[in-house]
Amino acid sequence: MQAIFTVANKEFHDGLRNRWIIAISLIFALLATGLAYFGAAASGQAGFTTLSSTLVSLASLAVFIIPLIALMLAYDGVVGEDESGTLLLLMTYPLSRWQLILGKMLGHWAIIAFSTISGFGLSAIIIGLFSDNTSWSELIGPYVFFIFCATILGWIFIAIAYVISACVIEKSKAAGIALIVWFIFVLMFDLSLLGLLVSTEGNVNAQLFPYLLLLNPTDIFRLLIIGFFADQQLSGFMSIAQHAHFSAPLLFASLAIWFITPVLLAIRLFNKRKL
Amino acid sequence: MSIVELHNVEKHYQGVHALKKLDLSLNQGEVLGLFGHNGAGKTTTIKLILGLIKPSAGKVRVFDEDPSGDNAYHLRRQLGFLQENVSFYQHLTGLEVVHFFAKLKGCDKKQCTALLDQVGLSHAAHRRVKTYSKGMRQRLGLAQALLGEPKLLLLDEPTVGLDPIATQDFYHSITQLKQQGSTVILCSHMLAGIEKYIDRALILGQGQLLAEGSLSRLRQQTDLPVIFHLQGSNITLPEQLRDKVFSQQDGIHLQVPQHEKMASLQQLSSLAAIDNIDLHMPSLDDIYMHYMARIQHKEIQ
Repeated sequence: MQAIFTVANKEFHDGLRNRWIIAISLIFALLATGLAYFGAAASGQAGFTTLSSTLVSLASLAVFIIPLIALMLAYDGVVGEDESGTLLLLMTYPLSRWQLILGKMLGHWAIIAFSTISGFGLSAIIIGLFSDNTSWSELIGPYVFFIFCATILGWIFIAIAYVISACVIEKSKAAGIALIVWFIFVLMFDLSLLGLLVSTEGNVNAQLFPYLLLLNPTDIFRLLIIGFFADQQLSGFMSIAQHAHFSAPLLFASLAIWFITPVLLAIRLFNKRKL
Repeated sequence: MSIVELHNVEKHYQGVHALKKLDLSLNQGEVLGLFGHNGAGKTTTIKLILGLIKPSAGKVRVFDEDPSGDNAYHLRRQLGFLQENVSFYQHLTGLEVVHFFAKLKGCDKKQCTALLDQVGLSHAAHRRVKTYSKGMRQRLGLAQALLGEPKLLLLDEPTVGLDPIATQDFYHSITQLKQQGSTVILCSHMLAGIEKYIDRALILGQGQLLAEGSLSRLRQQTDLPVIFHLQGSNITLPEQLRDKVFSQQDGIHLQVPQHEKMASLQQLSSLAAIDNIDLHMPSLDDIYMHYMARIQHKEIQ
């Protein structure tokens, strides 16, 4: 256990040292505050809009940003150590392979958790202080929920980054694959579902089709946030889920599977990796 | 008890026969030099001893246990390893790097400063590794390997990038460790100067053991000639030595078989015309080249 925390602690401090944490926190804070203030600009207004519309738009942006940040943060977790020669050295220490990779993931999870809490938390404080139409009591619940979901989304993509990192031998390759993975989950997946809908002229199994959304953690995240604010209509692509009425526990369970699977896969791949 | 025991060890990597029937037994307090060309199987041997890979056949025992088995965890606290070309964590300071590894090994943090001092890095302890020269990084690696007073040290190319004084300091600390009872395996391409510090040499070529033993034993085995370099004017050599001359440039150079060394020396010392005699015994370099030439010869055949 001690070894895992030693590795995690180093990883977290690396994040502080190379300013990843501060950069991610600032991006999150700026996005959240900016959306809250200028979210209504399209309808000709400036100033803080309603909390629900802020957070739902924030969720749509977060599904682009959070996976990208998580993948870029952790894609070289294993392969980077291998290239600099420290991986071989670490494996001669009293440290099992699963402890090393879990420790590293834990460190990166801590970075994501810390950045989402401080970044989105800061924006919540700003909105609480300066917005006239949102009170503190209204603010806290939704923000805690949003931060919780965003953290889990980040953790999932950290784990996916480790899967990539554990099975390639070059850092540049890992970066390339990470970008492709991001592109698939964030853009391709939804587009292909839409394409499927259009090409079949909507002739799909209305009961089954929405469940395809559970195959993408970013969609699950969006469904969770939208579902939390009952007053928000499922708009655009998300309206696919109208027929399904996913419950929050089902969505959380799906996220949990999306979290555990890559973690186990990364450990397994790393155990098989040649030194 | 042997510290390291390799018995009939074979290692295959995808299509490559990296080690062929290697036997090795290393006792406590011994310093072994492991030599060979690139791809000779040195690193594979080291990785096997470290338990990083498992042998395809044969048996590897370290402290009488399987280094890749269940007890490996416990075993590794007693090992120190320095690999070739490790670049460490560039953004950390030297002291932070050693602290991190000390924590992983469960060693006292206080050791770190003393170790950095020992390898001559105390002045740069608070500087980032990024600013270190190659030699400094190598010394940092050495400090890392010495954490927790390891009973077995494996050093792969430890003196690469070190200046002559640092190299000497390094060998000095190896001697000290040996006196404290540590066992050391040194892997190197640079043979010059190393012979004084090793008890035994093991020469590998294409995964095979080519020669093994102390320097004097290897000299006997190879039966390489002793070289005499004579200086003086108008030297007339005795009859028996004349056919041993192989060069007359800048004095006279003679090649004499080892067993005739003393007899030749006595003959030469009685010659009045000789001002100076330089005597060159076959060095580790010569022995190594002899074996390398032999495998090349075999390859051609």
